[in-house]
Amino acid sequence: MEVSGTVSPCQTKYELRCNECGKSFGNRPLSACDDCLAPLEVHYDLESVRGRFTRETVAAGPANIWRYKALLPIPEGYEPDLPVGFTPLVRAKNLGKRIGATNLYVKNDSVCFPTLSFKDRVVSVALANAQAFGFTTVGCSSTGNLANSVAAQAARLGIKATILVPADLEAAKILNTQVYGARLVRIDGNYDHVNRLCTQIADEYNWGFVNVNLRPYYAEGSKTVGYEIAEQLGWKLPDNVVCPMAGGSLIRKIRKAFKELIELGLVEPKEVRFFGAQATGCSPISQAVKNGWDYIEPQRPNTIARSLAIGNPADGPAAAKMIRETGGWAEDVSDVEIVAGIQELAETEGIFTETAGGVTTAVTARLYAHGRISQDETTVVCITGNGLKTTDALEGRFAAEPAVKPKLAAFDEYLRSVDSSLVSANATEEGELVSFDAEGVELTLVGGVQ
Amino acid sequence: MSVKVVLPTALARHTDGQKIFASEATNLPGLLAEVDTKFPALSQNIKDEQGKLRRFINVYINDEDIRFLGGDAHQFEDGDEVMLIPSIAGGCFADGD
Ligand SMILES: [Zn+2]
Repeated sequence: MEVSGTVSPCQTKYELRCNECGKSFGNRPLSACDDCLAPLEVHYDLESVRGRFTRETVAAGPANIWRYKALLPIPEGYEPDLPVGFTPLVRAKNLGKRIGATNLYVKNDSVCFPTLSFKDRVVSVALANAQAFGFTTVGCSSTGNLANSVAAQAARLGIKATILVPADLEAAKILNTQVYGARLVRIDGNYDHVNRLCTQIADEYNWGFVNVNLRPYYAEGSKTVGYEIAEQLGWKLPDNVVCPMAGGSLIRKIRKAFKELIELGLVEPKEVRFFGAQATGCSPISQAVKNGWDYIEPQRPNTIARSLAIGNPADGPAAAKMIRETGGWAEDVSDVEIVAGIQELAETEGIFTETAGGVTTAVTARLYAHGRISQDETTVVCITGNGLKTTDALEGRFAAEPAVKPKLAAFDEYLRSVDSSLVSANATEEGELVSFDAEGVELTLVGGVQ
Repeated sequence: MSVKVVLPTALARHTDGQKIFASEATNLPGLLAEVDTKFPALSQNIKDEQGKLRRFINVYINDEDIRFLGGDAHQFEDGDEVMLIPSIAGGCFADGD
């Protein structure tokens, strides 16, 4: 494959190409073909990196996504220094026990640096290009996580950020954007309205919108989830991947990552099955998969999983097609199931995910229950965002009990009232209780807690 | 009766730089037929081999996706704004890695 893009010694040649008519566009901030308006995608000359991208060279790299720099569209001379990614792949034995899975893993991007979601990966690649293209203002349309990440990383790079979100976004996600000094514009509409407006703004203003005119570069950052899964499984591909779907890009990019690793000989060839997860209140991709459609019937979203609430997903048709091709499936779950999914993952694995993760967990349980995935297959569940950003979804879920006095007797009484089996055998005589209590208070003061 | 048609910059090179033009069309098929005669170059770019609007283009009538309004059957009203937008803002994404 001949590619005319820029290249540095440790990188791969890459350039933008139209997926539909094949027209080449070099490297510039552009997301749609000027002939047929089809989306552009980054194409690599993998041959140019063969032999230089090996398990050994990757292992010698930094413990973040830049260990895969050779397969990312990073401009020549750009030295990335933000340690994003390389998040934990957690063996999920407890969750597995609960849902009937014996070989289950959670790819935990709820702890991705700097803003606790997988969007930190895509934004770091997008902003590297924004700088190279000379944009002094960047922006995005966002359901929250992307906003947080663009705001944080733009602040660090000294680029101005203007971010557009649906007006009804979760309070924590709004605060998490504003704190970095970004200009946040709340739009009176849903995400699809916001996204359309951003396309027009990008057409009029010389701004770099990470998910509009920088989109081809931005989307490539998602591949790092796939590289990490393979490397963390000991350079093996899993049998299945379960992935939340909003715009439908992530699931396709994970597959692209696997294909590249196969082509470069880093993993054994294998057809991984892909499973998509959506909320029933916004399930255009899941509906397309279930009905065998090659198009997307747009929806008006109505779900608590607002980070997945994209009624007209850009990569939806391709995601649906890809899922079917791999022998996978897509499912969608109700808001009640989403909340249960959040709690289930937290209670079994100690991972607090946002509503999108509740969707993914609940869908995974259903895929096992319905026999879509069999018990012993190696399955990786992608958790893409942190629960601290969507605590609204859990409001009222936990009883607010009256405060207990700082006396052991009071605690003993409290315990009796909730679960008498836990009451200590020693805690029976009044006198002992008081002296223990006094000691306890003393220790607390010394420890400086109060 | 007349509607205002709004194009993205990428398409304005086929209309002598006009990003906005007026149309007498009463529905989407009517608009496409009018474009055939008024702007043949634009017509080539926005329609596929079957003469249908390319799947990478979304059509909005006063901020609403035409698919929510009945698609081809939807009747324009006087003063409507008809916007053509590349699908990157929601819609189809071609296959192919
Ligand atoms: Zn093209």
